Amino acid sequence: MSRVQAESVDQKLSAVPDNFGRFGRFGGRYVPETLSAALNQLEKAYDDAIIDPEFVSELEGLFGAFVGRPTPLLFAERLTEKAGGAQIYFKREDLSHTGAHKINNTLGQALLAMRMGKKRIIAETGAGQHGVATATACARFGLECIVYMGAEDVRRQSPNVRTMKLMGAEVRPVESGSRTLRDAINEAMRDWMATVETTHYIIGSVVGPHPFPRIVRDFQSVIGRETIECCNKLFGRLPDTVVACVGGGSNAAGMFYPFVDFPDVRLVGIEAGGRSSNEGEHAAPLTYGTPGILHGSLSYVLQDLDGQTADVHSVSAGLDYPGVGPEHSYWRDSGRVDYTSVTDSAALDAFDMVAQQEGVLPALETSHALAWAVEAASEMSPEEILVVCMSGRGDKDAAEIARLRGQE
Amino acid sequence: MSHKDGKKQTGIERLENAFAVCKAEGRRAVSPFITAGDPDSETTVAILKSISTAGATCCELGVPYSDPIADGAVIQSSYTRALNAGMNLEKMFSIVSEIREACEMPLLAMASYSLIFRSGIEAFVKRGESSGLAGFVVPDLPLEESDELDEQCRRSGLALVRLVTPTTPPERAREIAKRSTGFLYCVSVAGVTGERTALPDGLIDRIKWLRKESNVPILVGFGISSADQAREVATVADGVIVGSAVVRCLEEARDVETMANAAGSFVQELVKSCQVC
Ligand SMILES: Cc1ncc(COP(=O)(O)O)c(C=O)c1O
Repeated sequence: MSRVQAESVDQKLSAVPDNFGRFGRFGGRYVPETLSAALNQLEKAYDDAIIDPEFVSELEGLFGAFVGRPTPLLFAERLTEKAGGAQIYFKREDLSHTGAHKINNTLGQALLAMRMGKKRIIAETGAGQHGVATATACARFGLECIVYMGAEDVRRQSPNVRTMKLMGAEVRPVESGSRTLRDAINEAMRDWMATVETTHYIIGSVVGPHPFPRIVRDFQSVIGRETIECCNKLFGRLPDTVVACVGGGSNAAGMFYPFVDFPDVRLVGIEAGGRSSNEGEHAAPLTYGTPGILHGSLSYVLQDLDGQTADVHSVSAGLDYPGVGPEHSYWRDSGRVDYTSVTDSAALDAFDMVAQQEGVLPALETSHALAWAVEAASEMSPEEILVVCMSGRGDKDAAEIARLRGQE
Repeated sequence: MSHKDGKKQTGIERLENAFAVCKAEGRRAVSPFITAGDPDSETTVAILKSISTAGATCCELGVPYSDPIADGAVIQSSYTRALNAGMNLEKMFSIVSEIREACEMPLLAMASYSLIFRSGIEAFVKRGESSGLAGFVVPDLPLEESDELDEQCRRSGLALVRLVTPTTPPERAREIAKRSTGFLYCVSVAGVTGERTALPDGLIDRIKWLRKESNVPILVGFGISSADQAREVATVADGVIVGSAVVRCLEEARDVETMANAAGSFVQELVKSCQVC
């Protein structure tokens, strides 16, 4: 009896990663030896921190007074009516301080950095939301902050560049490669190679070498936990379907992780479908990619037959990345989460619709999940509940959308 | 050519021979690094022949990769040029075959694990073996993830050269040294590849300590950019690896012939500075 129980506990989908950072066959730690010691140090610091009541209560306090948690669950009444099916709810991460879920992770990691005695912080950013959230955490704790950002993203997400600078961060534009998120991660890793003894790298999603995918997922899991609590209170049950956009996969992992052991809840991750399914025209590794190694872990990735990383495209800087967190690959192959993609133009349409129907300006990243949600809701029954992770707000995208439309 | 008469030597044996020759001649080993296919295959072959003639003990052939996180600006740009010019694995292995026919100098592929994994580990190692590689240096593969590649290399008799860095704790460095085949790559600095004006503090002591712990030769690399630095390292190490400085010296040359000559003279200078008795 007890043996059977033990086995079923082991087999829980949530019982990952193992000590090597494996989510099934995915994950791991494929990094230069120079970084090994720092990753071991981080792993140990994290293991110590999460059983330290002081750390836990400090982070909870920050989540409350600084971030504004718990974030509410909003009934999207007019959108629901328009879709004509399931009831659509938004989990309002866009109402968090700095306007996206990214702050949950940066506060947690900044506290870890201080526990390790590291006073210099580096980060990469795509949409700029993680950069802003890192700059904000660093300002709060008096840490030095350097953010690497692809030059193309510096251009298309310029409001966030300004905010980072106002918070005292240094923004370093990255001119190599495709000048987007992937190149920013490369540059941050290179910085870390030379500064690893005094610097902590706050990675912005559930990607990278072990233990980052686990740490970021855990800090983001507050999203899913609050959603469960709120649904139980409001409906007396869990939602039927939960959907989130997937770039590196942190808002989705944070939302999904607390749900994975409840098989009745359908989980759907939405990747960037870009312009088309042709290579180079999308950023959807779980939809179109193959298992491979990028930025320190094994996961689905877009690469050519030799293993060279493919070019990707998305209208949204935060989804414009050829890789994805290893836990998503695990969930994909186990069949627990469905992944699909939504095109640039469908995301832009959803952006307009949600702005005009609900008075909520969603981030372009989030708009991908919203586009799918409206479609899916229309095929579901009115008794069903569909929750969308509103990962961030869209102020940062207003100018770029106007520019795109001006050219159309 | 010795591989044609009688028993075929393994990659590891060829490296051992090369180091033995060095030792017999009172020299420390010199292992230059160049990028495969920068600017094209033909030039790469010419450069390799020239550095072999100049006395290089072995050579690391950088396999261009789109996201080399352990490399500084010089090698990154070189990789980008090579990829833009159409370099790929097939052409890289052809370069290796051509050199295997022409020179005794063992070649090691410096390849990201991303590339090896994509081809399939067994397939990649077999391809390496049949084209005549002596081994691999895999800069983004730590000990914990290396069992499968290690196993395949052992089967094929190819070297899997491991790296220790200034951030590696002593216990771990011992383990890495124990499992390294061909030689042990001692990374001089915490950081990416690239030239540096001075040797880092404590390097000589680290090498001395490693020398006691390792049964394979110790070659020191990352940041060694001049004959003077090579000479200093050669007082305690079994050899030096010079990468960015070689690649940069090639950047400045214009055509195939001047590139081959430039690499040859630079390597000759390094070889001279590594003559210890
Ligand atoms: C609002 C928002 N949503 C989603 C993402 C995508 O990241 P992830 O998949 O890690 O949540 C970003 C990234 O910048 C973002 O800013």
